[in-house]
Amino acid sequence: MKKMHYREWGIESTRYWGLLAILAGIIAVAGLAVLHMEHSGHWVTGMNNHVVWGTPHVFAVFLIVAASGALNIASIGSVFNKKCYKPLAPLSGLLAITLLVGGLLVLVLDLGRPDRLIVAMTHYNFKSIFAWNIYLYTGFMVIVVLYLWTMMERKMNGYTKAAGTFAFVWRLALTTGTGSIFGFIVARQGYDAAIYAPLFIVMSFAFGLAFYLLVLGFAFDWDNRELGDRIYMRLKNLLGLFVAATLYFVIAYHLTNLYATENHEYESFILLNGGVYTMMFWVGQVFIGSLIPMGILYHPALGKSRGAVNAAAILVILGGLAAMYVIIIGGQAFPMAMFPGKEVIESGFFDGTVASYSPSLPEVALGIGGIAAALLMTAIGIRMLRFLPESLADDKMDNRQD
Amino acid sequence: MLKSCYTSKLAAVLVLLMIALPAIAGKNWRSEGNSKATKAEACVAPVPEMRRNHMEMIQHQRDLTVHQGIRKTDNSLHGCIDCHANIDDAGKHIPVNAPGQFCSGCHNYVAASLDCFSCHATVPK
Amino acid sequence: MTEKTNLARRNFLSKLPVAAATATIAPGVVLQSTSANAEPRSEAVTSKVRWGMLVNANKCADDCSACVDACDKENGMDIHSMPEGADAENWDQQKPRWIRTVKLKDIQTGHVSKLPMMCQHCEHPPCEDVCPTGASFRRADGVVLVDRHTCIGCRYCMMACPYKARSFIHENVDIKPTLAPRGKGCVESCTFCVHRLDNGQTTTACQDACANEGHHAIVFGDLNDPQSKVAKALKKYPSQQVRDDLKLNPGVYYSGI
Repeated sequence: MKKMHYREWGIESTRYWGLLAILAGIIAVAGLAVLHMEHSGHWVTGMNNHVVWGTPHVFAVFLIVAASGALNIASIGSVFNKKCYKPLAPLSGLLAITLLVGGLLVLVLDLGRPDRLIVAMTHYNFKSIFAWNIYLYTGFMVIVVLYLWTMMERKMNGYTKAAGTFAFVWRLALTTGTGSIFGFIVARQGYDAAIYAPLFIVMSFAFGLAFYLLVLGFAFDWDNRELGDRIYMRLKNLLGLFVAATLYFVIAYHLTNLYATENHEYESFILLNGGVYTMMFWVGQVFIGSLIPMGILYHPALGKSRGAVNAAAILVILGGLAAMYVIIIGGQAFPMAMFPGKEVIESGFFDGTVASYSPSLPEVALGIGGIAAALLMTAIGIRMLRFLPESLADDKMDNRQD
Repeated sequence: MLKSCYTSKLAAVLVLLMIALPAIAGKNWRSEGNSKATKAEACVAPVPEMRRNHMEMIQHQRDLTVHQGIRKTDNSLHGCIDCHANIDDAGKHIPVNAPGQFCSGCHNYVAASLDCFSCHATVPK
Repeated sequence: MTEKTNLARRNFLSKLPVAAATATIAPGVVLQSTSANAEPRSEAVTSKVRWGMLVNANKCADDCSACVDACDKENGMDIHSMPEGADAENWDQQKPRWIRTVKLKDIQTGHVSKLPMMCQHCEHPPCEDVCPTGASFRRADGVVLVDRHTCIGCRYCMMACPYKARSFIHENVDIKPTLAPRGKGCVESCTFCVHRLDNGQTTTACQDACANEGHHAIVFGDLNDPQSKVAKALKKYPSQQVRDDLKLNPGVYYSGI
């Protein structure tokens, strides 16, 4: 086995601090947005009593899903013994932690009473998926830190496989928990489906890998390290596969719904006449997030262009945000069926009508701030510690095909 | 939720402020207050105990009231406010969390934040 | 405790408005009276009682909003004002609403009915299941409440409620109601006028208002007591629970939908 050396991110100080300053600036704007929302109350946001989870949840759930998926690269190396993935593992673990922290920050700062976070840590209702998730998320971070330790401390290398397997099982549980937030809601037509758990797991593969590809490519490019075609093409093909698998689950979900008459109204809302949600589904989730990236990734010429592959990864992320928008906000906007066979002709609380929601600036700023926070922590991480291999050039890699 | 944190340095600064403030604030409500409590012989428990444990008493009562519906009590926040709210020159109740009033006087002094009144009324009904 | 403090305690108690019309009773004596001036509750609620309601949609009058207005007044929503700078249309969807009237038309037959909707006080409330901190809970006597001391404002209960019964407080509350304390950032919903129940009354504000209008569309009481008005009415008339397919066993029944 070839010896792999790792080194801190060595870009010039001005570029490094410039990058940190830009990210910190975005985070500061998000901070101001949070202060504004918490000081005035949520009436300054787009949310209301009918769409209670808005844009911050779109970003938060997306980041949490992407976080568990970012760990996948490490898992392929240590759990499934693909040797060429092993040098990629430390960054994968770091990104898993930072994306999760970014997502949780957004989630927590959008609470009605973020000052009571301590209550969430001291009072538990174990029938609630949210309560499980508090353990799944914090546990995930601890386990991935341990996993990273076994990778980066030579004396601990013998435990990497065990730690990696545990982390892999845990991340499957974590994404199942995240998907079940929606899967277990019996009240709303669009939710209450077991497929949400596997759907979120497959989505996490795609979103996490898209983030990983972009961060890896960017970090290597800025530091003039070589990223060989062989490993890059493998990652690219994997992304194509994950995007296709996600699309398969989305089709399976909608086909199942279309078979049952009770879901027809919801399906026609998402697929045909739901206005912005229909648009988000077809244009955002299906075309931008799935078909176009697949076209690029599997195209004989475009698939070899780094620029095109990066563009595909960005589209997967944008499509992922659109998918979350459709699931989270579209799922709430569709009116709840309380009285089957009846039409609501008048209501003092907007029953029977599509709930209105338009994202407000502070909410979008908070969500983008979460992404910036994740990237900031990643940048500091790779600068301070040896997360990145010196080179991923084809001749430096272990190229056995196992 | 009742939070308390005592920092000796902060307390020292606040002591200085407490000495300086009455001169600015005008009426000293602590000595010239006119709430029902100023005329009462005693509180629901001896004063030292109240000073030390009132938060536990209120919190215990809060859980009993919310979860078990027990409202007959002398430990309710409602009772505290009813007894300890002062009345201004115009004959109106002054909120107990207004500067220098019963709750905020001490809470500011010991720098313990007070979350009751983000939901509860601060004057007797 | 000394004799002096004991006297003072009584003195203090007599000053409480809720205790204004009561005589001193010996410790441990439980007074379970149903009159309007009854003693505030001194013992924990039990599951012997299950509060519930029967709404007769046939009696719910067109163009009447007495129940909604009474609820607003009882629970302080009438003194709740729009934040400065808010958009009136948005605010309409953001302000708290515990009870609303809904007018329905049967798609096949064209039959129109009107009814009030509020928290249905389920036996198995989804809001309680999903609440991460346990702030959403069902009291032993069947009243579903939010303990706003432990509510963190995550709104998962609002996602999970099949009746859209809950409201989130989107703004700073200037005038805090004494009977229904309210503050920014927490979730709340109909309490079956729990402050009345705990002080010995057995009616809700909406029921009283409906009766005052002469409609008597709402009957409230103890579902477990066969002699109660609501239990008798439920036995006599056919009724249904909304979304009974979910098997949540709500405490609110409807007839004539």
